[in-house]
Amino acid sequence: MLNIKNLHVAIEGKEIIRGLNLEVKAGEVHAIMGPNGTGKSTLAAVVAGKEGYDVTQGEVLYHHKDLLEMATEERALEGIFLGFQYPVEIPGVSMTNFMRTALNEQRKYRGLDPIPPGEFLERMEKAKKLVDIHDKLTNRSVNEGFSGGEKKRNEIFQMAMLEPTLAILDETDSGLDIDALKVVAHGVNMLKSKDNATIVITHYQRLLEYIIPDFVHVLFDGKIVKSGGKELAIELEEKGYEWLKAEAV
Amino acid sequence: MMTDTTLLKDKIIDLYKANREKITLNDPPGLAEIREKSFTDFINLDFPTPRLEAWKNTDIRKILQRDYQILFDPENGTLDLDKIFHCEVPDFDTEIISLYNGWYIYRDKSLTTLPNGTIIGSFAQAMKEYPDLILKHFNQYAKSDLNGLNALNTAYAQDGVFIYVPDGVEAYKTIQMVNILNKEDNLLVQNRNLVIMGKNSKMTLVHCDDSHNFKSSLTNTVTEVYMDEGANLKHYKLQNLNNETSLINSAFFHQEKDSNLATFAISLNGGMIRNDIHVRLNGQQSHADIMGLYLMDKEQHVDNQVHVDHAVPNCTSNELFKGILDDHATAVFNGHILVRKDAQKTNAYQTNRNILLNDKATINTKPFLEIYADDVKCSHGATVGQIDEDALFYIKSRGISEYNARLLLMYAFAAEVINEISIAPLKDRIDDLVKKRLRGELAVCDQCVLHCKNQEKAYEFKIDMSKL
Ligand SMILES: Nc1ncnc2c1ncn2[C@@H]1O[C@H](COP(=O)(O)OP(=O)(O)OP(=O)(O)O)[C@@H](O)[C@H]1O
Ligand SMILES: [Mg+2]
Repeated sequence: MLNIKNLHVAIEGKEIIRGLNLEVKAGEVHAIMGPNGTGKSTLAAVVAGKEGYDVTQGEVLYHHKDLLEMATEERALEGIFLGFQYPVEIPGVSMTNFMRTALNEQRKYRGLDPIPPGEFLERMEKAKKLVDIHDKLTNRSVNEGFSGGEKKRNEIFQMAMLEPTLAILDETDSGLDIDALKVVAHGVNMLKSKDNATIVITHYQRLLEYIIPDFVHVLFDGKIVKSGGKELAIELEEKGYEWLKAEAV
Repeated sequence: MMTDTTLLKDKIIDLYKANREKITLNDPPGLAEIREKSFTDFINLDFPTPRLEAWKNTDIRKILQRDYQILFDPENGTLDLDKIFHCEVPDFDTEIISLYNGWYIYRDKSLTTLPNGTIIGSFAQAMKEYPDLILKHFNQYAKSDLNGLNALNTAYAQDGVFIYVPDGVEAYKTIQMVNILNKEDNLLVQNRNLVIMGKNSKMTLVHCDDSHNFKSSLTNTVTEVYMDEGANLKHYKLQNLNNETSLINSAFFHQEKDSNLATFAISLNGGMIRNDIHVRLNGQQSHADIMGLYLMDKEQHVDNQVHVDHAVPNCTSNELFKGILDDHATAVFNGHILVRKDAQKTNAYQTNRNILLNDKATINTKPFLEIYADDVKCSHGATVGQIDEDALFYIKSRGISEYNARLLLMYAFAAEVINEISIAPLKDRIDDLVKKRLRGELAVCDQCVLHCKNQEKAYEFKIDMSKL
């Protein structure tokens, strides 16, 4: 589904990702871990199509298509979803209007008519239940005044609404209390199918007790320096990253 | 010194002298002195030029170089109103009063007393029927010595809208004033409106300026509003004029104790729009919300001058003006807050926010806080920015196109003002107009609250999003 080959990314001339390889197949869950500032969010942003990044080498294929040639919205319409590490507040744009617009763009892309109001409401209700989010939040402006945890829940709510093929969740667990963490993990697990894939970026092994990854990768200094199964996460929790630094050099 | 505007000035002076009899036809005794004084003031003050601080960024000399026709008699004898417009807003029952080329259009009577005692109609007729009311309020709140334009309006004041709401009366219907300009020649229109609200009275007033053709008219209008103790007024001014039209709109609100004002200036289109909004908080515990929204493109120009005069203690005022500018559009915002020496415990807030979609568009924004009391809370803030790139990315990452993402953000920006509109059907209608305007689908013919049947070629006003 997603195939990243020898990716090099620079921001304002400074190379952040330096030769990254990653393959994600349908039905898989990948976890990416690694110290602060090693390029995890940068990778997510490049896949989602954020501006301001120079891809200096390599390629990113999504369903065998060149992802880097596509506009942000086109990537989303093709099924890519980014759960933001820092969701953006958008005063004045209601959650409902936001989601309806997004769904209708999706439907238009697929040659469908706008979603009937009843169907939309049903979908909202279902998604709200899934992440246990209150009307209070969905009636407000996008993320405006949401607490840190509410913002993260809202990302999963949007994911449930949009039903992506490839979801990249950037530290969706940070800032969540243990109950919220379970709710979010439950949401992700419920949305999982053999046709879609998830990449979770996290610092904590704890999340991976609830979302069981097929692969764990360690991103270090812009490269994946180690990959393994879910036991790698436990090892990292115990040993930290220092021992990998030595291995990486 | 000779300026190019001398021609118009001389014409105005000559016409005044030649038509004095017509102009003063309905004057109650005592009004003549006010007129004569204002006439002299106009001669002395002349038209404003950029040499005056308040007109620094709005140069109207070009506009004043055109030749204008002035009507001293109404021309609406044979007018078929329904040919011009009809109301199409569901759930929005309004009492419509209209001015056609500056003159009150009447159906049966030129002054009507509604069952609850509210009097609405022609200012000219009110001068005849209610001389005492006129004498008590006319030109008491307007500042005719500020600049020549207000003086000119006072000298020439012949007709306009008159509204009187008696003590304790709630005007049950929204009153809608429509100014329609439609004339083969360029017109100079100078209507004068007077609104008198009794103690604890309540009213919603929608005030629309529309043009029905594409002539270069100049409107110089003055509206005086007196709000007695406990009066409550919601006032919405909508401006959707063709790009050749110039509108100078001066409004003077005088508020007594416990009165509550919300006034909106929503400028959707117009060649040159100048709003001078004066609010005097003259009685304790009075409150004023002064809101504005302007969406300008092409060569359009809008200038909002807001003066809030805190004359007594314990009053509050809140100003919020927001604008989106594209192309070569220019905007000015000057917010003057005066807190007089005795006006302790004043709360006065002012915010002006702008989005420039283009580096050719300009905004001049300036707060001017003049505070003589020591126990006050005042704040002001102005921002000029572009569309928030992070928000744009967030929206697009959900599959929403660049165009729609920008629309969402621009609309959200405008919505802060629109959301303050408390009458649901009106809010929906204005909401709709703003959305249309942002999408580039608003024609000048698309009346603010009314729909016209006038099938003129549609004008295009488009904010070009691709340019960003
Ligand atoms: N817009 C930017 N301009 C300059 N440098 C940037 C920019 N964005 C990211 N960087 C730098 O790139 C590096 C990688 O950042 P990134 O956000 O991808 O790290 P991360 O692995 O997600 O870290 P964390 O675990 O703290 O979220 C950091 O050194 C960061 O300072
Ligand atoms: Mg990060």
